Amino acid sequence: MKMIHSLFLINCSGDIFLEKHWKSVVSQSVCDYFFEAQEKAVDVENVPPVISTPHHYLISIYRDKIFFVSVIQTEVPPLFVIEFLHRVADTFQDYFGECSETAIKDNVVIVYELLEEMLDNGFPLATESNILKELIKPPTILRSVVNSITGSSNVGDTLPTGQLSNIPWRRAGVKYTNNEAYFDVIEEIDAIIDKSGSTVFAEIQGVIDSCIKLSGMPDLSLSFMNPRLLDDVSFHPCIRFKRWESERVLSFIPPDGNFRLISYRVSSQNLVAIPVYVKHLISFKENSSSGRFDVTIGPKQNMGKTVEGVVMTVHMPKAVLNMNLTATQGSYTFDPVTKVLTWDVGKITPQKLPNLKGIVNLQSGAPKPEENPSLNIQFKIQQLAISGLKVNRLDMYGEKYKPFKGVKYITKAGKFQVRT
Amino acid sequence: MLDSNKDSLKLEAMKRIVAMIARGKNASDLFPAVVKNVACKNIEVKKLVYVYLVRYAEEQQDLALLSISTFQRGLKDPNQLIRASALRVLSSIRVPIIVPIMMLAIKEAASDMSPYVRKTAAHAIPKLYSLDSDQKDQLIEVIEKLLADKTTLVAGSVVMAFEEVCPERIDLIHKNYRKLCNLLIDVEEWGQVVIINMLTRYARTQFLSPNQNESLLEESAEKAFYGSEEEDTKDAKAEAASLAKRKPYVMDPDHRLLLRNTKPLLQSRNAAVVMAVAQLYFHLAPKAEVGVIAKALVRLLRSHSEVQYVVLQNVATMSIKRRGMFEPYLKSFYIRSTDPTQIKILKLEVLTNLANETNISTILREFQTYIRSMDKDFVAATIQAIGRCATNIGKVRDTCLNGLVQLLSNRDELVVAESVVVIKKLLQMQPAQHSEIIKHMAKLTDNIQVPMARASILWLIGEYCEHVPKIAPDVLRKMAKSFTNEEDIVKLQVINLAAKLYLTNSKQSKLLTQYVLNLAKYDQNYDIRDRARFIRQLIVPTEKSGALNKYAKKLFLAQKPAPILESSFKDRDHFQLGSLSHLLNAKAVGYQELPDWPDEAPDPSVRNVEVPEWTKCTSREKRKEKVEKPFYSDSEGESGPTESADSEPESDSEESGSSSSSGTSSSSSEEEEEEDEEEEEEGSGEQSEDKEGEEEEEKRKKRKEKGGPRKASPGSMGSEEEEEAEGKKVKKAAGPQGKKGHAESSSEEASASESSSSGSDSGTEAPTVVEAKRRKMIPSSKAGPKEISLLDLDDFTPPPPQPVPSSSIISTSLVTDLEGLTLSDTSLAPALLSPAFGAVRTYELLHRMAGEGLSVEYCFSRRPFPGDPHMVAVQIQISNNTDAEVKSLRVSEPKLLAGMRIQEFPEIESLAPGDTASMVMGIDFCDSTQAANFQLCTHTRHFYVSIQPPVGELMAPVFMSENEFRKEQGKLTGMSEITEKLTLPEKCRSDHAIVQQVTSAANVGRVPCGSDNEYRFAAKTVTSGSLVLITLERREGAAAQLTINSEKMVIGTMLVKDIIQALAQ
Repeated sequence: MKMIHSLFLINCSGDIFLEKHWKSVVSQSVCDYFFEAQEKAVDVENVPPVISTPHHYLISIYRDKIFFVSVIQTEVPPLFVIEFLHRVADTFQDYFGECSETAIKDNVVIVYELLEEMLDNGFPLATESNILKELIKPPTILRSVVNSITGSSNVGDTLPTGQLSNIPWRRAGVKYTNNEAYFDVIEEIDAIIDKSGSTVFAEIQGVIDSCIKLSGMPDLSLSFMNPRLLDDVSFHPCIRFKRWESERVLSFIPPDGNFRLISYRVSSQNLVAIPVYVKHLISFKENSSSGRFDVTIGPKQNMGKTVEGVVMTVHMPKAVLNMNLTATQGSYTFDPVTKVLTWDVGKITPQKLPNLKGIVNLQSGAPKPEENPSLNIQFKIQQLAISGLKVNRLDMYGEKYKPFKGVKYITKAGKFQVRT
Repeated sequence: MLDSNKDSLKLEAMKRIVAMIARGKNASDLFPAVVKNVACKNIEVKKLVYVYLVRYAEEQQDLALLSISTFQRGLKDPNQLIRASALRVLSSIRVPIIVPIMMLAIKEAASDMSPYVRKTAAHAIPKLYSLDSDQKDQLIEVIEKLLADKTTLVAGSVVMAFEEVCPERIDLIHKNYRKLCNLLIDVEEWGQVVIINMLTRYARTQFLSPNQNESLLEESAEKAFYGSEEEDTKDAKAEAASLAKRKPYVMDPDHRLLLRNTKPLLQSRNAAVVMAVAQLYFHLAPKAEVGVIAKALVRLLRSHSEVQYVVLQNVATMSIKRRGMFEPYLKSFYIRSTDPTQIKILKLEVLTNLANETNISTILREFQTYIRSMDKDFVAATIQAIGRCATNIGKVRDTCLNGLVQLLSNRDELVVAESVVVIKKLLQMQPAQHSEIIKHMAKLTDNIQVPMARASILWLIGEYCEHVPKIAPDVLRKMAKSFTNEEDIVKLQVINLAAKLYLTNSKQSKLLTQYVLNLAKYDQNYDIRDRARFIRQLIVPTEKSGALNKYAKKLFLAQKPAPILESSFKDRDHFQLGSLSHLLNAKAVGYQELPDWPDEAPDPSVRNVEVPEWTKCTSREKRKEKVEKPFYSDSEGESGPTESADSEPESDSEESGSSSSSGTSSSSSEEEEEEDEEEEEEGSGEQSEDKEGEEEEEKRKKRKEKGGPRKASPGSMGSEEEEEAEGKKVKKAAGPQGKKGHAESSSEEASASESSSSGSDSGTEAPTVVEAKRRKMIPSSKAGPKEISLLDLDDFTPPPPQPVPSSSIISTSLVTDLEGLTLSDTSLAPALLSPAFGAVRTYELLHRMAGEGLSVEYCFSRRPFPGDPHMVAVQIQISNNTDAEVKSLRVSEPKLLAGMRIQEFPEIESLAPGDTASMVMGIDFCDSTQAANFQLCTHTRHFYVSIQPPVGELMAPVFMSENEFRKEQGKLTGMSEITEKLTLPEKCRSDHAIVQQVTSAANVGRVPCGSDNEYRFAAKTVTSGSLVLITLERREGAAAQLTINSEKMVIGTMLVKDIIQALAQ
């Protein structure tokens, strides 16, 4: 399996701003096939991830307005490459705070060093961020100042211990003065609500993101009050699968820093409480170039918590020219080019339900749009895991100190769509 | 700057050069200046120089050689990091001259102390191979050596090298197969993918297809697997002999090992790993087990859109072959308007594949929403999908057709066009009934412009011109008029239509046909000219073309088979799923064909490892230790092989124990009986004593019933419980013994169908004898060994095997027996020893006044509801106190809370005055004490009734040992623990009374306990199976403390109240 031959980073305007080859050089012209496909696809989202060219295969991902295009010569599982490219993007994100063209251009040397470490001869070598950070120190302002004065490097000169131990995700000799372990239980509600307001499909997807700053080699075990809620779980490699299988306890030696501990799905048998409802009336009149738009959002089954950060986005039909609306709360924008209506509502108070209402101007002469647009809703509820999942306790073994522990719950809208 | 003495300047210079390389600019002219710095002390400069070298060495081979000596020195460095990086760069310089040096370096590194260096060596192998493929033989030697490496670090890399250099040398894997399987879980993610893919191929060549003989699959698979190593082969042979007539399939234990060890990886966060396991299961696992991958794949649909794209492609292929697998997840494939079009279309494909008679209406409703989407490509695809559903599912064909016809009046032309094409295909199946639609479509020719649609309409009219005799010539006339402006496919269809009309209705269309053919004769397109000439010769009679002319009608108007609309993903599964080739549906360079299963399994012994170094791995326990060594340290040893190895002797002794006891117990003394019991399970003896005291006549009947199905339960129980079940059986055997149950013994007899005559009047001993016989029989009968091994199964068992035959006999025969018994004289009926319980309380469902003479009572019979283990069995006793017959008694219109279910009792045809009927119904209370409301209907009246369960009835007893109890209790601390103090009343201080009160309050089982003043009980909630653990600790005097541990806090709290109340009485 010869894996990734070359990698090109391409921005939205079609400039190749970085290339890296792991074997002999592949000419940039191979990207023309990609541009061709991009043109055909119209929308960036619709560029096929796998493109076959006469001599190569191009596998690409689109992340943060950058195309990562890899060149493959032989059979390889496409997901392998896709997953790896995402890992590369994640690493950039982790190192530079953002994965943008400017960040990459500013840190091109580090990027190059990273890519060199992550792939050897096109086969992934070190992808754990804990290890990479030992090999190549992430840039900080302080360090760059120090480096320029002392001439020291930001390349580590010892072998990361993780590579050799049985715990490849954790570096040795971690020391903190404040030992802390935080867990964020984040749940997202994916739902499709139909015209009449009934739920076509709803599901809760959750993740537990952890930020662990503990000295030494702590061995943690995290237990839930109601682990049976978790229907399908995927784990960070640090978790001992057997313990979970037998006792439903998450037992692990954590990586240092931020990482995603598990992601889970709550079994679909459980009814999902939908925290908001939407009343809508969108209509386009026949033969007149206008239509009505009236949307109200209200809270429902929110377990006594406030729904905040409510944002509604609507992709209006192409025929819509402009919209004249008034919002009782928050502000709205309509982009006449992309036809996207965004209404930033903020917090919902049950006393006064936010409403957005007004006239839609249509292109004159165009036939009335067939379909009403669907409404995409975002919201956030603090201090609540909508599935009812609760962390029971966190125990630490292997180290003597007493860590500070914290759990935060948050519920968000995932792919939450209301059909109208 | 590069010549400067200062490292910082050099570094700055190198950084700029690297930035140039990154941008794709040529920096090759700096080569001499850069290469000098390869020996630079500063590690960062050095690294950047390496980057440069690797990039340009190929172009400047001579100069590159200058650097080689530095690397050679580096290879000897004491620091493993430097050794490794020297090897890495050395092998990355693509200069053919240094091949021998590289070869030497790799060989040396392969036996390096440091696994990290060995890993680098493995990485270097394919590099060298691509540089000079003549080195293959030597490289294979190195690979062979590295394959034997035990570290997880090396495993992934070396398999990658293997795949690249010599994927055909499958023989190299044999010796390492088991090791790879066992190491797999600890290998890094990328290595896992490579290894899994390789093992898939390996398994396909080495094992037999698990699906060739499905009926036998499960039992034999388990059987073969759970024996110990040597026994395996013996067993396999023995079984082969015994099952010879049935053509046995025995899954190779190594095959099972692979499946088992890959399964946890479905939980990986890495999509590639999940996909790799999914394809492995799809290609290798027995049909019954493939289902496990669906959940994981559906999970991936939440991931990045690229991942979704690839996963959906694979799901589409799988869903054609294994539809049932994804059906439960149907809704996960519903489409959002924000999905990218390519994802939408793939989801649509999956939805269509999943459509069947039962779900078609929901799917069609979804499709209806999709049709109104703004995304026209997607709408077109939806229409196609509807067409496919309509062809596949005859039931909805007309509905679909009507829907599509409505779409013909859609404003969007693309939609109309697509509908026309699909309708055409559908109409071909049953044209006669749909001439209306054809007429309607004929009208469309005036408006519709899309060529494919026009062509389709014309073809339809031509094909069925007999159904629309009036319209057809008219259409032809119009088309003739616009002929010259049409697209080519439309022109061809016009000619076709003309020809067909000429043949059926030459009077009206002769001239028109001539005209069209003349136009076509001078068309620009040669296909059209060609067609026109051909048709003219064929249909217009002339002297020369006489022979064919006669058959023209037959040629043109032959019955054409309806097209089959099928998925483009059909047959894609001949490519290995998850591969690039599968995605592209074309063979990619370097694709390794997935071999077919062999007809005869190659010798499995090749995988046995004899080398002393490895012997420790042959024994399964050891291997398991190895797997778990790094950080999966399980104290209880969950893994299958170990357990089977341990429990083997145990079960033997158990067996011998019981068979020896059978010898003694035939002399039938109760004490002995008790002893036996204690051997099997401590403390159960007490219970049976307790029972003896508190027999109450009228309850016996129920108890017996309760006991009955219990006995049947071992068969249906999960295999891990089998051992417990065994204990139960013995206990049960003991119970009736104590009770001297006449009727019971006969039912017991029936259960062990052979021993018929022995018992019936020798009441006391019969059950034990029977039980003993049963146990004795085991070794002698063919099914015997199988059953024994089943008893040792651990939790790795795939879906439990069909109930052990003997137990199914028990259950059926018991049921019949019990049916008879309910009407018989009950005074002799003994209580079966089932988990200890006290008085059964009866509740009133319908008072005779309210029920107008009909009175209904119910009680919780505390036995598993047959058919659904999640339901609580409710025994209902209906007495007719009126003086008329009550007819058609039934349950209707249950009003239940979400999740609750009810299994009604079969309708009672009629109940004579004064008669009483007893029925059992099952209710799933979802572990809540909410009442189940429903109506009880007679032929004249409806009564609203409700059943509210006491919390103690929502559970079923579990058996556990003291240790198990402690362990489980340890897990359920904190919020799930409820403690309450209480004072025991005078009469409730004896062991006997306490146990009786607790068990009457809740359906729990007693757990043996070492100390005198502590009582433990355990149960599981019926619906969710959560454990409920009860501890009652007696302090000095009357004080006591009650502790309940349960995940279900509500149940815990309520139970505390109930038990305290019961004890206080």
